[in-house]
Amino acid sequence: MTPWVLRRLGQMVLVLLGVVTLAFFMSYAVPGDPARLIAGPNADAATVASIRHQLGLDASLWSQYTGFLGRLARGDLGTSYALHGAPVSEQLALALPTSALIAVGGVLWQVIIGVPAGIIAAYRPGRAADRIATLGALVGLSAPPFWVGLLLIYYLAYRLSIFPLTGLGDPMWWYLALPTFTLGLAGAAWYARMTRTQMIEVLRTPYIQLARAKGLRERTILLRHALRNVLTPLITMIGMDFGYFLGGVLIIESVFGLPGVGKLTYDAIDQLDIPMITGAVLCAAFFVVVMNFLVDLAYAAIDPRVRNRR
Amino acid sequence: MSALLDVEDLVVRFATPGGEHTAVRGVSFSVRAGERVGIVGESGSGKSVTAQAVLRLLGPAATVAGGAVRFDGRDVLAFDRGELRRWRGAQAAMVFQDPLSSLNPLVRIGRQVTETLREHLGLDRRAATAKAAELLASVGIPDAAARLREYPMTFSGGMRQRVAIAIAISCAPRLLIADEPTTALDVTVQAQVLDLMDGMTADLGTAVVLISHDLGVVSTFCDRVLVMYAGRVVESGTADQIVEDPRHPYTRALLASIPSLEGELPRRLPSIPGTPPQPGRAHTGCAFADRCPLAADVCRAEDPEPLELGDGRLAACHFADRSAG
Repeated sequence: MTPWVLRRLGQMVLVLLGVVTLAFFMSYAVPGDPARLIAGPNADAATVASIRHQLGLDASLWSQYTGFLGRLARGDLGTSYALHGAPVSEQLALALPTSALIAVGGVLWQVIIGVPAGIIAAYRPGRAADRIATLGALVGLSAPPFWVGLLLIYYLAYRLSIFPLTGLGDPMWWYLALPTFTLGLAGAAWYARMTRTQMIEVLRTPYIQLARAKGLRERTILLRHALRNVLTPLITMIGMDFGYFLGGVLIIESVFGLPGVGKLTYDAIDQLDIPMITGAVLCAAFFVVVMNFLVDLAYAAIDPRVRNRR
Repeated sequence: MSALLDVEDLVVRFATPGGEHTAVRGVSFSVRAGERVGIVGESGSGKSVTAQAVLRLLGPAATVAGGAVRFDGRDVLAFDRGELRRWRGAQAAMVFQDPLSSLNPLVRIGRQVTETLREHLGLDRRAATAKAAELLASVGIPDAAARLREYPMTFSGGMRQRVAIAIAISCAPRLLIADEPTTALDVTVQAQVLDLMDGMTADLGTAVVLISHDLGVVSTFCDRVLVMYAGRVVESGTADQIVEDPRHPYTRALLASIPSLEGELPRRLPSIPGTPPQPGRAHTGCAFADRCPLAADVCRAEDPEPLELGDGRLAACHFADRSAG
């Protein structure tokens, strides 16, 4: 187990290095001049040049890259071009709690709606409950989240005034109810489909037949014997989604006016704020990679066969 | 003496994309308390489906379209969910063919043994665990108490089948249905598992329905034998009668296909020519007629009714009253 963990940690560092390198060079490949953007359209060439020098943009690409890596190794993500020298890590730290709340809420809604729907649909495939769930999943998959979000805002927030319109406030969960629900609804459809498919397969296995022959309660059969065998793919999805959401969900953040990592990244790209872009990309990649690792740990916790293989 | 299990004219149909087909076409048999009945037949003969129908374990594609299953005089097909649950595992238990897939890979062995005990005998956790260790020890699993904490993957096929038997007999059922319990096992392990089933069920007075494609296994283990072909019982009688004086040509063919241990082995093992009728395809006359050495015009025209041959034996063949040779 321990050498396996070390090997995985090594892989994670390599992946992150690769991602951050790509992000770094890609932001330079984008046409446009950050110095010009900061200086404004009316600045003269000397001002632009001095800004460029201040930012270190006149150095060679290679020395900029090594300098960037050197700072990164010390935990310094650099300072934002656009936000008047604010440290990137500080900006990320400000945006992350919002994104984390959206991510947790979104994943929770996905699981709460999707998994039971999948189980109910799989229990008697082809029956009414299955058809309703399948149709619901199709609608959920087809409806774009920005549209669902706007509908919810219009009816529940604007017309009925049950929920706040946009932004964040107190109590937090009240403001996050609609955005997380919107995010979760689209994902829930995937969860329902995946749970249904896996569950149908598991319910056909001899060990479920044996569980029936043993005279166990249906609840025990479904939850103890069947669901456990569906858990592995489910946890993969949860982990990947969580990592992905932590990198920011731009559409949800835009529609509901939430200051998360998605909005931060979008603005950074808009302003060619290279340190901010690389910082945000690194942050997103970090969560995806970490969640991946946690998912693998969870496999081992659930399935003794995985444990044994390592 | 009245029967423990009474199956009467059982008909099971499967809905398939290609239409409906009848897998079991009017099967009747009964099992007395403590008796051992074997059901033999090729794959597709309906023997497993019959067993599953008796325990009401058929999947959603299959329906019991006719007949009756009575256990101790009670109508099993009319059981509601609760009755079914209290009956299965407690009074009627089952051992499946493939021990590698019939235990849940993600649930500890202990849990899989104790859950039946707790459900049916109302034991608390501690008592159930103690009983489970006792059961595993009694089916020949060394260091049973420690192995309760392990997962099925650490058990060999033979060991898993022992666990499955321990689970099946844990509540001292009155009926055990074993569906090809040794087919997936090594030959040397097969005999051990059969011996174990023999001992355990004899001690508890449990009646056994043993399903197998192997007439040799069935005839040594069972008191009575049913031979199934294409969804029907074509011959039934005591094990001795079936082996020594088979009346149905299919039974004779099955017996002939068992290689003898004496003398030289034939260059090719004898097999029954032809294939069983396609399920779902309608046919007139006897289902075995196309493969039967005795087939005459009457066989292709008329499906033979089971013929009483005395001593409680039956054979569904137009020529059943003629002995072999």
